[in-house]
Amino acid sequence: MTEFTLYRHNPLLDPAVHVWGWEIPVYLFLGGLVAGLMIIAGVRLLIMRPTARQALVCCTVGPLIGLVLLSAGMFALFLDLSHKFYVWRLYLAFEPTSPMSWGAWILLFVYPALLANALTHLPEAIPALAKRVPVLVTISDYILARPRIVVGIGLANMAIGVALGIYTGVLLGAMGARPLWNSAVLGPLFLFSGLSTAAALLHGILVLTTPDDERPQFADFLLSMVARWSQARPLDTRIAPTLAQADNSFLTIELGLLGFLLIGHLTSTAVHQQAAGLLLTGPYAAVFWVFVVGLGILVPLVIQHLELLHRIRHTIAPSLLVLSGGLVLRFVLVAAGQASHWATALP
Amino acid sequence: MARYIMVIDTRRCVGCMDCVVACKTENNIPEGYTRDWITETVCGEFPTVGLEIRTERCNQCANPPCVSCCPTGASHVHERGGVVLVNKDECIGCKACLAACPYDARFIHPDGYADKCTFCIHRVEKGLDPACVSVCPTHCMHFGDADDPLSEVSRLLTSRPQHTLLPEAGTKPRIYYLT
Ligand code: SF4
Ligand code: SF4
Repeated sequence: MTEFTLYRHNPLLDPAVHVWGWEIPVYLFLGGLVAGLMIIAGVRLLIMRPTARQALVCCTVGPLIGLVLLSAGMFALFLDLSHKFYVWRLYLAFEPTSPMSWGAWILLFVYPALLANALTHLPEAIPALAKRVPVLVTISDYILARPRIVVGIGLANMAIGVALGIYTGVLLGAMGARPLWNSAVLGPLFLFSGLSTAAALLHGILVLTTPDDERPQFADFLLSMVARWSQARPLDTRIAPTLAQADNSFLTIELGLLGFLLIGHLTSTAVHQQAAGLLLTGPYAAVFWVFVVGLGILVPLVIQHLELLHRIRHTIAPSLLVLSGGLVLRFVLVAAGQASHWATALP
Repeated sequence: MARYIMVIDTRRCVGCMDCVVACKTENNIPEGYTRDWITETVCGEFPTVGLEIRTERCNQCANPPCVSCCPTGASHVHERGGVVLVNKDECIGCKACLAACPYDARFIHPDGYADKCTFCIHRVEKGLDPACVSVCPTHCMHFGDADDPLSEVSRLLTSRPQHTLLPEAGTKPRIYYLT
């Protein structure tokens, strides 16, 4: 038997570590989502067919939303700082061993890359805006007349997106003090979770912006799930399936990476096994299995699979599930990670 | 170059918390916060039960994750004795160092910056012992330079069995507990 008594009660640390509240999971979620939007936008820009509505949603609408979401994420991060008015200190130093320092500098490059991607096809995507602001047409024409710049913008978005997505995971993964986080799998996991949420968001936008007569209602979706699941929906073939296909691939990889994370911990030291137990059977298990694995990954995988087989209509339901699953994943990992501790190994 | 360490005799420590009060007074630590604290570990089955009382604080790790994760350089290793310090004018209060410390030795000062034990470097530079060491009524705490083979701490380390806290976390703590 070992009984440990601690005579200390420092705020944020005792009785349990809770140095990061809601702001960091929200920031990590939005950062991952923006990373996914960047990668999809970059890839789509390189293989653009300007007439395709889906391509315009990926290359223009996605980056524009990304700019807003990134700003919201950075605001959440700012809210988390306890010495807020010294935030500019981040940009007076580059600390190569600090993932947060890398992140601060990567974020600086995200804005111009996203903006350049959005501007490239903006007049085609939002003609009303281009009419009012003619300079947008000039910029777009200038970029499109120079294929090298287009390729550069596409590649930059892909590269910076990958760096941003991985960084959101490495930020936690580099913390050796919190056994649950201490895994190199967290970088790719957050990258693919970011990609799946981005593909889901874009697919949701595509479904929502399909003209009214083509857009299936949620009640329709439920009905078709229950009663008419076996009937093909030729109407839905007008929605380009690539995003839903991509989303399913990302979700499958994400599921695999979650498995690797847990296997890695379960085959590691006692404190790592204990940390994995927090998710598998401990206080975070219900949320993890129901909202992350079940509703966040498995259910949307099945729904999107049926959509792609034209058994049911495309709806925004899987998008909403994937997006909430991605958010809950960050909340669960940040909270459970802070609950995992080496102190269980104290003499 | 000096390498400051602390050697604490757990056989003498009675958990009186004089060190806690001395630190709070010396370093003007706000109410509700503390840079050092007492822990008690009871091991075994009755009647063979062992009790270890420890006075704990930042372990002034030789491989400090709180320094390597700091995005601004506010957390740094002082050239004197390798003491880990925080420059409050560079700290943005991101709390990465709090999350990175396996000993939970840091806290956020009510003014917003990360704070922790400094080994009372301001006293050490004047040739004095840290406040906690100087007040200990059982003389269980010893402070000195591990690189000086003639120092009291070096002598104690070679003459008595000792352990550090969570050496498996890889931080190379520099507070040694004599058992
Ligand atoms: S005990 Fe914690 S705060 Fe102190 S040097 Fe080690 S890691 Fe840093
Ligand atoms: S809270 Fe301050 S000292 Fe700690 S990592 Fe952030 S900037 Fe560095």
